Amino acid sequence: MSMIEIKNVSKWYGDFQVLTDCTTDVKKGEVVVVCGPSGSGKSTLIKTVNALEPFQKGDIIVDGISVGDPKTDLPKLRARIGMVFQNFELFPHLSITENLTIAQQRVLGRSKDEAMQKGMHYLDRVGLKAQANKFPGQLSGGQQQRVAIARALAMDPIAMLFDEPTSALDPEMVNEVLDVMVELAHEGMTMMCVTHEMGFARKVANRVIFMDRGAIVEDCEKEEFFGNIDARSERARQFLSKILAH
Amino acid sequence: MDFSQIIPSLPSLWDGMKLTLQLLLLAVAGGIALGTVLALARMSNSALLSGFAKAYVNYFRSIPLLLVITWFYLAVPMILNWITGEFVAVGAFTSCLVAFVMFEAAYYCEIVRAGIQSISKGQINAAYAVGMTYSQAMRLIILPQAFRKMTPLLLQQTIILFQDTSLVYAVGLIDFLNAARARGDIMGQSHEFLIFAGAVYFVISFGASSLVKRLQKRLAV
Repeated sequence: MSMIEIKNVSKWYGDFQVLTDCTTDVKKGEVVVVCGPSGSGKSTLIKTVNALEPFQKGDIIVDGISVGDPKTDLPKLRARIGMVFQNFELFPHLSITENLTIAQQRVLGRSKDEAMQKGMHYLDRVGLKAQANKFPGQLSGGQQQRVAIARALAMDPIAMLFDEPTSALDPEMVNEVLDVMVELAHEGMTMMCVTHEMGFARKVANRVIFMDRGAIVEDCEKEEFFGNIDARSERARQFLSKILAH
Repeated sequence: MDFSQIIPSLPSLWDGMKLTLQLLLLAVAGGIALGTVLALARMSNSALLSGFAKAYVNYFRSIPLLLVITWFYLAVPMILNWITGEFVAVGAFTSCLVAFVMFEAAYYCEIVRAGIQSISKGQINAAYAVGMTYSQAMRLIILPQAFRKMTPLLLQQTIILFQDTSLVYAVGLIDFLNAARARGDIMGQSHEFLIFAGAVYFVISFGASSLVKRLQKRLAV
């Protein structure tokens, strides 16, 4: 069953086309990695899934609900999809605890106790229970990103979107974030991840999508993507040789 | 120079100062509230709303405050009369307050707008991503951060407003300056009372301004 279905999505900024006829899907429990050179539209594509970026053509169906339909209650839909950003985007004026509970209380209407219990459960899972009373600015980048993942999980999402979750991190902090993501994948979370971490893709991805100039160029099983390099497009081979060279 | 009558006059000067501060606090609260609404309107996607807010701001920033005060003094009772169909007595204080709120809102609007725009787009995306509506995202995430950043500018504008409240003498309100003037005339020490009033304005404004500068340094870190 498809959890996220992207159907012929196109998007323009004025005259400039950023997405061209993108079609793919993410099944329940599947982990799909989206890669490609910068400016290829992968971040834009993932942001169309929860309507942070509007699109002009095509449609996206998330768990049976159309994202493009003007009648769709977008806040309600977004509350069911977790998202993790490149720059963490924790709320800097709120403590870690408040970051974890504010949407649970204000959006889902949970009681303070319930939100707190849930928040602490996930904070513990990402190994940061001791930081509960600090503010985001007092944590390292890797810690902030783990809190951001916990914040998204506390909403009990049906799927998680990751938009380059490790590219703003110092190298020594990349793994602590990837470890949390690997664990999530093993637990069966439906995940769509924009990332250049090919080690992560090899380890947990079911499928790999390669984008270039706003279009989906490759969309295949992980084994096929990494195992049968000769069958890949020219652009994908170039890209892979660049990021796998070292 | 003979300052001998100032001490015995302090109670009546204090009455004037109370009116000044009362007007100031209410005008600041109303001005920031209306200014915030204008800022949100100005940044909205609706061309009508943003056009209206822009015209409002440009208009009030292009006319003298004294004009607004005198105009509202005459206009507010007339407008109320026109709406309700009966004569409503509006005191000078109320009409001045309305004038200050509407005038200052234009300035506060620009400060609030700059404050909101200084918050990264990622923050509003993050707020939306956890399911918040526009109004929740603004109230819970964006405005609290924006107000923290713009506190020094808001206070600076408030100090200017504190000095501008003295313009209410035009419609006969007894604020601090007017009280000092009247008292000085009665006591035959006009110069001394005005010098004293000037010193009081200076100490309050300069003191507050220095505090704001220190606060600015602390917030900047």
